[in-house]
Amino acid sequence: MTLALSELFFWLFSLILIASAVMVIWAKNPVHSVLFLILAFFNAAGLFVLAGAEFLAMLLIIVYVGAVAVLFLFVVMMLDVDFAELKAGFMKNAPLGLLVGVILVAELIGFVSSWVITPGMVSRIASPSPVTGGAVNNTQALGAVLYTKYVYFFEASGIILLIAMIGAIVLTLRHKPGVRRQDIGAQVARTPATAVEMVKVKSGESSVPAAKEKV
Amino acid sequence: MDNFWPGDFLPHWTTWIWPLLWMLIKSVVLLTVLLLIIAYLLLFDRKVWAAVHIRRGPNVVGAFGLLQSFADLLKFVFKEPLIPAASDKIVFLLAPIVTATTALAVWAVIPFGEGWMIADLNIGILYVLAIGSLEVYGIIMGGWASNSKYPFLGALRSAAQMVSYEVSIGFVIITVLLVAGTLNLTGIVHAQQHGLGTHFGMPGSFLDWYWLPLFPMFVIFFISALAETNRPPFDLPEAESELVAGFAVEYSSTPYLLFMLGEYVAISAMCAMTAILFLGGWLPPLNVAPFTWVPGIMWFLIKVVAVFFMFAMVKAFVPRYRYDQLMRLGWKVFLPLSLAMVVVVAAVVHFGPRLVS
Repeated sequence: MTLALSELFFWLFSLILIASAVMVIWAKNPVHSVLFLILAFFNAAGLFVLAGAEFLAMLLIIVYVGAVAVLFLFVVMMLDVDFAELKAGFMKNAPLGLLVGVILVAELIGFVSSWVITPGMVSRIASPSPVTGGAVNNTQALGAVLYTKYVYFFEASGIILLIAMIGAIVLTLRHKPGVRRQDIGAQVARTPATAVEMVKVKSGESSVPAAKEKV
Repeated sequence: MDNFWPGDFLPHWTTWIWPLLWMLIKSVVLLTVLLLIIAYLLLFDRKVWAAVHIRRGPNVVGAFGLLQSFADLLKFVFKEPLIPAASDKIVFLLAPIVTATTALAVWAVIPFGEGWMIADLNIGILYVLAIGSLEVYGIIMGGWASNSKYPFLGALRSAAQMVSYEVSIGFVIITVLLVAGTLNLTGIVHAQQHGLGTHFGMPGSFLDWYWLPLFPMFVIFFISALAETNRPPFDLPEAESELVAGFAVEYSSTPYLLFMLGEYVAISAMCAMTAILFLGGWLPPLNVAPFTWVPGIMWFLIKVVAVFFMFAMVKAFVPRYRYDQLMRLGWKVFLPLSLAMVVVVAAVVHFGPRLVS
């Protein structure tokens, strides 16, 4: 067995991935946790590239690292997290967390073992994936099934995301009265006739009527 | 690993030592050339800016100030790096490194000429987008780790700005991809050999390039590139009239140098992307004798410098945007416009006449 270059990188990416995933939980500072999460995403993308799924890898970076994690980091930085309070609640919530963890691990074990036990699965893993080998590249292969066989699912998921987005905007949109906003249309539409007013000022008096009333 | 002995060294030489070495050699050559070019682009930027102000610009170090960038480099390197006591020291020092390395990593896929690149990825353009989207982290990390209010405000502005303009850049790139029919940067340049110019009877000319059929997209890409790289008039993350120096307030010496370097490398990468997507990469402007004698890399560099000249002129001419104006431009003007153009271009590509068979 020769140690190919890709194998070296496989070990590098997976070791950093696991280490940074551990550090996401371990880090005391939530901002450090998010930064380790980003490192984990990045190394997962590296593993995707090694597996021949370069399109997925780039999407993972563009969508998760480039957009989602930035906003995540944005929010975590601005939150004033009180560590003392967080630690005080730890022992109270520990049994619940433990329960969730145990269920998750049990499910993972069940999933992995069913993967191995299911007849024919081993041979299916061993067979090369159709997208990596042939002349058709990754992006074309994905597009060929996404826009034909799964087009309704694809569009439905798009609509769901759109609804979620509009929902978030509707929930946070506030029209405060009396806020001075720039209205570019109104600015451009101004003419000397609407913008300038000629006033004859008597000497010793103010040109502003309101100023006279206040005095 | 079990047969990795000195006697069996020869097979490994071809399987992984030589590819690794070759990649390293190519990377070092690219980095050296790139950094030299950047040094002179910096000087060029300052000279253009000075010329617009009717000043001379840097002219003391070397003839015509040609060694100014190297003098600046030495000055930055020999100063003491100050690290604020209240800062998060690791993240503080990591931030400029992230900025510089991600900016340099983009250049791995950019073709200087026919086959002149480190990696010819078949999803090259997505790689550029992906690595480009990482550049925001340097600024956010630097602003946060400084533990000071001006850097933090600069970092927040930067995060919102870069994420906003990535959206319109993404849509512009999609229109180019629709017309070119490939995600490979070399393929995109090759696709620009045939186009409108061929239709008009001037095959292989500058009329074939995508700036003409996709002219609105070219303009949007140029302006978005300015915003994406935090260039004036969109340099709000470091707006000196409001935020002192934005995210870079607490930085000095080499870390500051790395921020500056990353910024200029990112700018030059954006200029190169403009040249590749819209100005035909290394293709000569006319497919006749004196133009075709010039090697492709020269045409590529001329185009990059021409786009950079526009970047420098915009910096000198245009006043800085206010933050709400910036967000309005990104979300209310560019996003709908580029989205509509994606639909139009897709319709034309699918239903329209085939200009080239």
